[in-house]
Amino acid sequence: MTTRFAVLGAITASLLATSAVLAARTDLAIGMVLEPPHLDPTAGAAAAIDEVVYANVFEGLTRIGRDGSVQPALAETWTIADDGLTYTFNLRDGATFHDGTALDAGDVVFSLDRARGDETTNAQKTLFEAIASVEATNDDTVVVTLSRPQGSFLYNMGWGDAVIVAPESADDNKENPVGTGPFKFTNWAKGSAVQLDRYDGYWGEAPALETVTFRFIPDAAAATSAMLAGDVQAFPNLPAPESIPVFEADTRFNVVIGSTEGETILSTNNAKPPFDNLKVRQALAHAIDRQAIIDGAMFGLGTPIGTHFAPHHPAYVELVETYEYDPEKSKALLAEAGFADGIKGTLKLPPPSYARRGGEIIASQLREVGIDMEIVPVEWGQWLEQVFKAKDYDLTIVSHTEPNDIGIYARDDYYFQYANADFNAVMEELDSTANEGRRYELFRKAQEIITNDAVNGYLFQLAKNGVWDAKLEGMWENSPVQANDVTGVRWVD
Amino acid sequence: MFAYAARRLLTVLVTLFAASIIIFAVLQVIPGDPARLMLGINATDDAVANLREQLGLNAPVYARYFNWLADMARGDFGVSYTYSAPVRELVGERIVVSLPLAILALTLSTLVAIPVGIFTAARHGTATDTAAMAATQFGIAIPNFWFALLLVYIFAITLRWVPAGGFPGWEDGVLPGLRALILPAIALALPQAAILSRVTRSALLETMREDYIRTARAKGLPQRRVLWHHALRNALIPVLTIMGLQFAFLLAGTIIIENVFYLPGLGQLVFQAIQRLDLIVVQSVVILLVGAVITVNFFVDLAYAWADPRLRHRTQ
Repeated sequence: MTTRFAVLGAITASLLATSAVLAARTDLAIGMVLEPPHLDPTAGAAAAIDEVVYANVFEGLTRIGRDGSVQPALAETWTIADDGLTYTFNLRDGATFHDGTALDAGDVVFSLDRARGDETTNAQKTLFEAIASVEATNDDTVVVTLSRPQGSFLYNMGWGDAVIVAPESADDNKENPVGTGPFKFTNWAKGSAVQLDRYDGYWGEAPALETVTFRFIPDAAAATSAMLAGDVQAFPNLPAPESIPVFEADTRFNVVIGSTEGETILSTNNAKPPFDNLKVRQALAHAIDRQAIIDGAMFGLGTPIGTHFAPHHPAYVELVETYEYDPEKSKALLAEAGFADGIKGTLKLPPPSYARRGGEIIASQLREVGIDMEIVPVEWGQWLEQVFKAKDYDLTIVSHTEPNDIGIYARDDYYFQYANADFNAVMEELDSTANEGRRYELFRKAQEIITNDAVNGYLFQLAKNGVWDAKLEGMWENSPVQANDVTGVRWVD
Repeated sequence: MFAYAARRLLTVLVTLFAASIIIFAVLQVIPGDPARLMLGINATDDAVANLREQLGLNAPVYARYFNWLADMARGDFGVSYTYSAPVRELVGERIVVSLPLAILALTLSTLVAIPVGIFTAARHGTATDTAAMAATQFGIAIPNFWFALLLVYIFAITLRWVPAGGFPGWEDGVLPGLRALILPAIALALPQAAILSRVTRSALLETMREDYIRTARAKGLPQRRVLWHHALRNALIPVLTIMGLQFAFLLAGTIIIENVFYLPGLGQLVFQAIQRLDLIVVQSVVILLVGAVITVNFFVDLAYAWADPRLRHRTQ
């Protein structure tokens, strides 16, 4: 028996050795937690869609780079009229869709009109709100006219929801995505993997990889095993923070803890007594020990935040100390507000571990100061129905993963139920300001207003727990957009 | 035999109809709007309304129920809200994983359990019997996901003989597919084999106490012949019952093992569809599974009749 095992082992070892001898691999298997529901980024909010197709399969007029900056994509150059209302985009020469048809201005007009039209099922229709008209002046030029100046317009056009699609293939993109990117869609084994192959007709620099497979592995232990066994060679966001030390100790792997756009917050119903009382919300803020939550729920991975803004953004203001952890102060504020006897309520927790694990810790911290929250676990469907739509909640924990989304505080009917005319004025000015310096100033002002109003409990920025093969180069450290852009990824040595 | 089969078949149809009502009703009670779930919290209300219309969610409840029944009668199980692929296709892709896995696991467990059961029954009361029964107790007690992790650690991570998970499809040949299924099959088979061997053993022991066995012995038949010819066939009824239940479980109830090995099986399809409120997938797959379970039971009933001729005539 032992001999037979030894022989089998030798055969396996020699097979492994042969594959290692072949220099410069061109295939890559990437692990992801969730499978995309479909593959059309213009018709769904699921991050998993963009995490497969953004920049790889589909491109927009502009794109967001690894540092979060706006870069040219299908629009090679553009000019903005002095009034800030007219954008003239010059399209790339030689850009083609994966079915071989050329990209022309008509495709851009079609894509933008489809996204903002009456029949749209675009999950981010508001990105296109300011557009008054889209016209093709010739095959390579598109003129977009806005109804009001919009400082974030070029950034908006870089979202996955704003990618350019072709009229002939748009309706089938959910199942068979046809874009202009450097990789074309090859196969989707549902429940298992999506395969992309290099597209030889790409207009830009050809990527080093020939085949990229996205494998979907929801289970934390299975994800760890798959990495250790080499079934996948990269996990851009490993769902098992507890096994990060295993990979750190192993020289075969690179561990890169980066940042995401996910502000994890204790969302508060600002219209519902007693949480409509500023003192009560401030008491909540003082009762929260952020580091204990990060350590206890996230295995120490995550950056404390004091406001609804990503810490890696240049306009971020450090406001963590505005409400330092101080249970005594919290009790005093509650007493001042007339709740010396404490408060009772519910804390609704959606499925992700940051909410379920974090919620337990927060509930116990709040209990220390006399705020007794009953924990109610909910599924996402229930959360959307009860919390988001019906606003039937006291507190909940959610990570808001859209980039630069502080604007949601200006929506008076949003589930926070927060309304502040001063804040809305700042957002209005921001919306029509293109000057970067002034925009940053306004971003800072906005952060200070919501922190002073203690709208929500600000907990931490979700970390991106990247683990990949040490021989892999070019993986994104942070995720300024929800993407696994592999166009610049290569194997070395 | 024919009348018996026809009676069983009628029961199958009535059960299916009742199941369809229950499944549909339960899914209507689940809170949440599939369209809102797909488009997320930033979507505008009109975009969500457009998607609801596209998915056919605006029709009244009874209309959706009867459409579903009528479509199914024509062999059309609807189109997934999220995947926008026909449910039949989705099930087809999964059944080629789940069915071989279930068959493999059941085969493994039967190959182990029946001999162990017979062996221990024949040596009832000896030290071997006690040791074997202690081992089966252990097999039942080990959580199978933990056993699965152990298998992965040994055979995939350390020895690298098989992949840690995933399923390559059958296009590349039978061997890669079997390599992907062998660990999950072993993990699934262990507790099943433990249960089945205990059932086989006790059923045999029970039968051995019957009068006709004593008669056979009194006739002077050797122990071996008594066991194999007279006792075993009569002990098969409880064994078949358990195997039928196990097969139904292995077909649909393997979600935990599918998760550990990230296999695209039927359990995973239903689980994911529930999370995404992909109700059409949930209701169609569940009714198919109900159908499969009932069919398996139907064949088990027929097997009873084969194993015990008295059943064929009892109610006539």
